[in-house]
Amino acid sequence: MEKLRQTMLFIPGNNPGMVQNGVVFDSDSVIFDLEDAVSLKEKDTARILLKHALVNIDYGSVEVVVRINALDSDLLNEDLEAIVKPQLDTILVPKINTADDIKQVDEILTKIEKENDIESPIKLIALVETALGVENAFSIAASSERMTAILFGGEDFTADIRTERTDRGEEIDYARSRIVVGCRAAGIDAIDTPYSDINNLDGLAKDAKRAKRLGFEGKSLISPKQINIVNKIFSPTEEEVNWAKRVVRAIERAEKEGKGVISLDGKMIDAPIVNRAKRIINIAAKKEGVL
Amino acid sequence: MKVINTLEEVIKKSGLKDGMTISFHHHLRNGDFVLNSVLNKVAEMGIKDLTIAPSSVFPVHIDIIDHIKNGVVKKIECNYMSGKVGEVISEGIMDQPVVFRSHGGRARAIASGELKIDVAFLAAPAADSEGNINGINGKAACGSLGYAFSDARYADKVIAITDNIEEYPLTPVSIDQTYVDYVLEVEEIGDPEGIVSGTTQITQDPVGLKIAEYTAEVIEESGLLKDGLNFQTGAGGTSLAVADKLKDKMIEKNITGNFAMGGITSYLVNMMEEGLFKSILDVQCFDLDAVRSIRENIEHQEISSSWYANTESKSCAVDMLDVVILGATEIDTDFNVNVLTNSNGVIMGGSGGHNDTAAGANLTIVVAPLFRTRLPIVVDKVLAKTTPGEHIDVLVTERGIAVNPANQELYKKLKKTNLPITTIEKLKEEAEKVAGKPQKVEFSDNIIALVEARDGEIIDKVRQPLLK
Repeated sequence: MEKLRQTMLFIPGNNPGMVQNGVVFDSDSVIFDLEDAVSLKEKDTARILLKHALVNIDYGSVEVVVRINALDSDLLNEDLEAIVKPQLDTILVPKINTADDIKQVDEILTKIEKENDIESPIKLIALVETALGVENAFSIAASSERMTAILFGGEDFTADIRTERTDRGEEIDYARSRIVVGCRAAGIDAIDTPYSDINNLDGLAKDAKRAKRLGFEGKSLISPKQINIVNKIFSPTEEEVNWAKRVVRAIERAEKEGKGVISLDGKMIDAPIVNRAKRIINIAAKKEGVL
Repeated sequence: MKVINTLEEVIKKSGLKDGMTISFHHHLRNGDFVLNSVLNKVAEMGIKDLTIAPSSVFPVHIDIIDHIKNGVVKKIECNYMSGKVGEVISEGIMDQPVVFRSHGGRARAIASGELKIDVAFLAAPAADSEGNINGINGKAACGSLGYAFSDARYADKVIAITDNIEEYPLTPVSIDQTYVDYVLEVEEIGDPEGIVSGTTQITQDPVGLKIAEYTAEVIEESGLLKDGLNFQTGAGGTSLAVADKLKDKMIEKNITGNFAMGGITSYLVNMMEEGLFKSILDVQCFDLDAVRSIRENIEHQEISSSWYANTESKSCAVDMLDVVILGATEIDTDFNVNVLTNSNGVIMGGSGGHNDTAAGANLTIVVAPLFRTRLPIVVDKVLAKTTPGEHIDVLVTERGIAVNPANQELYKKLKKTNLPITTIEKLKEEAEKVAGKPQKVEFSDNIIALVEARDGEIIDKVRQPLLK
């Protein structure tokens, strides 16, 4: 069973305290950043820190992700040499525009894994943050066996389409939906862009609710303060879980009784409803597992 | 008329002689001018071998070091010591160990005569010509004068030192004229900048916030979060964050507490002014808003350290606490807490109200990060025991919550929740797995400090660290 990615917390890769404590904030994933949060002269420090952290710190059930520098940065190879370890779960690759970009990273990664005798392949998440990337969402999502999610980067995307981020976020609605559909078609996760105003928790809640409605599995976060709110929004409520359990029970009963058409509370239950109910139960079960 | 014009004259009139004991309160904190100016004058007058009993020593009191070296100060008895004085004493410059008491313990020792004060020098932000004083008027306003009450009551001679003489009778009065022998007017008793902080801030550190979140849940799950709650928390960032999280829960559940106590900050003031607590018992103000509130709000009550925590008074307020939130520089696997020395064994604090409230409260919660920089906070044995483990109910860290096995009732309640309940041994193991086991500090045989519990029992003798 794949783990949940409702909350993915960015942590600057050059901050020892935060890297050491990444495990304590109860996010589903931590994304140690070697890219934008780390200045050029700090890249080495961050690589060395993460290299040792990955080997020495037990992150338990938290998914460990590292955001490396982009393909065109000349920094990617050094990043990978430092952080490809058996303890690393996933790499987040920024500025992915085409399926080919992912294939290139896949090849480099395969080589490094072989050299280091790493048996379990490291997974990839593509950070899609350009108009071209958004238009290629499906082909990127389906580009490699390693691909497990697309993470949407709303800030860079808005700049690329020559507009500005707003709190309401209509300027990214299309991109969000396109990414969700592309990911769903390829059977991988869609993760929403961070909400950048860390002190506006109401704004965050609205933004996260919108992302959930659009179909995202979860959201990337830039402060531990954002975790609880987003976690709550992406988790099924007790009523939803109870409803889902009743749907599944009704289906099981109908199958036993050989009934073709099933209804619950006067409404017909068809396949999409059953699938939704099963997904809710599945998420609830994963949450229980976390607890 | 009790007003005397010069410090020298008032010292002469007090009859201060070699070998006597003089006392000070620490309400002017790091802005205090009084202690240094008295010691400097006493030295000039050739008086020696004094015991000084300030309720606390702050970094500003650096002049003490010279007066230890020149023989003016022979012994120190206090509740807390931070800054250079503690560092230098930790190098072994005194012949006699410093006696560290709790706030309540000091009041008890003064009342019982164990700490016999010959002359008390009391900084007074406002005074009148007959020696009525308060802490709420004047440019050096510090709010409560809680620690000074015992000194005023039991010292042989009491000198109020003020930079603000008001018309008789001063109102309101904290310590009244029946206790005060002389009033000395000086230009300035302190630097307002160092007396109270402008604002006290909730921590923004995510680890501190995580600890605060767990702590508020522990309080809720303990069953004590209900109408009539009596609560104390410190002024540190994490302690304030606990108050903030608790506030949300109190609003959500429509709970009105009874009193909040301790060092008072704007957070507790706001909670009272918003109706979440009925009153505040204030032995010490930490920020400007607390000073404003004690001046304006009749429900904001100044209390003496004896009222606060003296076990031998007829009753004291800490014994009525439901919940107290305390810090620790180290805690050992028997839950003993050190707030006196740092991890190198150097003096940098003291019990203050730690020992008192831990013993008094129904639920004593220690909050601490599992590491400070690279050092694990949970250790095999604390370098100095300031609060015995028997008084600590639970340790809350960002990586887990350890309930003292002595409190099975609490353990059973918390075990049923989703909180990460573990043992203190496991927390120590986890910390050492990440940070490694720190090298042991070496000590000489020289005793630099004696730690008294609130009832006067010596619970630890702190030896001089041998620093490399």
